[in-house]
Amino acid sequence: MSDQTPGAPTTVTRVPRDPSANEEAYLEVNDLQVQFPTADGLVRAVQGLSYSVPLRRTLAIVGESGSGKSVSSMAVLGLHDRKVARITGSIKVGGREVVNMSDKDLEGFRGGDAAMIFQDPQSSLHPYFTVGNQIMESYRAHNNVSKRAAKERAVDMLGRVGIPNPRRRVDQYPHEFSGGMRQRAMIAMALVNDPKLLIADEPTTALDVTVQAQILDLIADLQRDFGSAVVFITHDLGVVAEIADDILVMYAGTAVEHGPVNKILGQPLHPYAWGLLESIPALTGDPQPLHPIPGSPPSLLAVPSGCPFHPRCEFKDRVPDDWCTTLRPDLIPRTADLGRSSRCHLKDPDRIFETEILPRLP
Amino acid sequence: MKEEQAVLLYILRRVLSAISVVIVTLVASFALFFFAPTDPAGVICGPRCTPERVADIESSLGLDQPKVEQIALYMKGIVAGREYSTGGVVRHCDAPCLGYSYTLGQPVTKLIAAALPVTVSIVLGGAVVYLIVGIMAGTIAAQVRGTSLDRFVVGSTLVVQAIPYFVFALLIALYATFLPDSGYHPFLDNPFAWASGLLAAWLTIGVTNAASYTRYSRASMIEALGQDFVRTATSKGISRRRVVYRHGLRAGLTPVVTIFGIDLAFQLTGAIFTESIFNLPGIGLLTLRAFNQYDLPVLMGGVLIGSVVLVVMNLVVDIVYTVLDPRVRLG
Repeated sequence: MSDQTPGAPTTVTRVPRDPSANEEAYLEVNDLQVQFPTADGLVRAVQGLSYSVPLRRTLAIVGESGSGKSVSSMAVLGLHDRKVARITGSIKVGGREVVNMSDKDLEGFRGGDAAMIFQDPQSSLHPYFTVGNQIMESYRAHNNVSKRAAKERAVDMLGRVGIPNPRRRVDQYPHEFSGGMRQRAMIAMALVNDPKLLIADEPTTALDVTVQAQILDLIADLQRDFGSAVVFITHDLGVVAEIADDILVMYAGTAVEHGPVNKILGQPLHPYAWGLLESIPALTGDPQPLHPIPGSPPSLLAVPSGCPFHPRCEFKDRVPDDWCTTLRPDLIPRTADLGRSSRCHLKDPDRIFETEILPRLP
Repeated sequence: MKEEQAVLLYILRRVLSAISVVIVTLVASFALFFFAPTDPAGVICGPRCTPERVADIESSLGLDQPKVEQIALYMKGIVAGREYSTGGVVRHCDAPCLGYSYTLGQPVTKLIAAALPVTVSIVLGGAVVYLIVGIMAGTIAAQVRGTSLDRFVVGSTLVVQAIPYFVFALLIALYATFLPDSGYHPFLDNPFAWASGLLAAWLTIGVTNAASYTRYSRASMIEALGQDFVRTATSKGISRRRVVYRHGLRAGLTPVVTIFGIDLAFQLTGAIFTESIFNLPGIGLLTLRAFNQYDLPVLMGGVLIGSVVLVVMNLVVDIVYTVLDPRVRLG
């Protein structure tokens, strides 16, 4: 992530590692709520989520399954069926409001200025169409070009994402690709229209570790070339450290901690983030037992009162007056550092982290 | 190039195995019918018949020969043709000779050749109706799943399926008097008469089968539209219509095609109710009549045609499947 390259748009003034600086956000999510009415009740998948991502920056959204990270990101692309999902709040992409956008406008918006890479390239690519055909379709949806020109573009894109022999590969079906190659093809498809916003929904989860690293490098390289804003959804903190500028930790549909990557990974302030760090296995030294977070993520049908993390929090006794079970904390700056915020009632989280959590980390 | 060779080899292998299946069916049904305590010569001869006359008929038809020789003769007839003598007149029956009908006084091959186009016309025309209606209704219902329109479509299919097929055919025959009179006119003579004469039968087969095809397509489309690749297609920014009909339907139709191939094979072996009620001289009517009159050669011919159609349709389905789904390899 170097400084601004010559010839790039000059509206973005980048001050690395200081999100409080005056950067123009390309993606701006404000008080987003996504709810699904079901026979069992209302599923509150996302509750009051706010964040922003400028061009050339990567935000990692981290959390367990069911924390609302994918649901919120699909809302950014308007991918939820509006007959099923209730979406309120605001999502602005390049100044355009997505939440109430008409179906017609959504079609032009999806895959053009904003594109998405999905988790499992095996099931996310259509098995009955060639890879080239699928990339061409994406390109021709936004560019009025001939099939021949679109195919040239597809070959070009396959080459750019590092697929060898793209001219032959373009006519093959997804099942003729390996897992890593499939994900590269997926990335080529997402980037074919030079999107300014790229959402990557756990793009490396279905891949083995060596391929993961290649895909991460690829996304980082392409981001540099394309200058896009990237939202990277993952549950792998190792991936986060490699690729992200900022981290948003989600729990039960809300952000519980938000800030620059080195701060959050170096000194997290929320007990849930501590739990995530503790549950990473140590690869060096003596084998030590893992420290998983006790309990399981709450049902989004009945989110716990107060702080949604309280049933699993080992520090809730240190907060007076049962606040943890009755009062939902706000997402506010917890230290003098304005660039980061956390959603917790604890008075002295930084001290607890240094004296109690840090010694336990591998 | 290599791919094409593999496909040819595969088809060759399948054709060989198909032929052996047909031969086994033939021998089994021959044994079943000809070992049965039937008296074809007596039927031909009529009620006031002397034993000498019956013996004469039996010998002229070869029924007095050992069974194994009869089978061999039958097989030879299929491959090379054979001679028949009835009432002192020797007739030649060209290959493929499926025997000679005692009761109709005609070679079975000729009877089947006349009846097959009728059944094929009925079944294919009906299939066009139920495929169009069923796939459209199923696809629409899948998109509005859970709404009152969806429940109406599913409810209607249940009602149609609850009515026995022949009752439905009778209702159309009796009450849909605005339809042109039914009857078979060869397509090549007059395509318009051909179509209008078959319209009632097409509607009957079409509507009754449309119910199950609506349900197959609905279930298959619901599954297809829930797939990840449909979400990917949506994320590209193409229209909803294109997502549903290009990406969803392409995946959703594949299982329906399989069911259709098997259904079609069974329907081609004889649409007995439809042919009887609408008085269309197809395979179903021919075999039904043969069954009632102990006309064994015609029955055998019907069985043979049925088994050939089944085996061929299975092969066709498998080949079509490889065209529809590039992941399926022949071999």
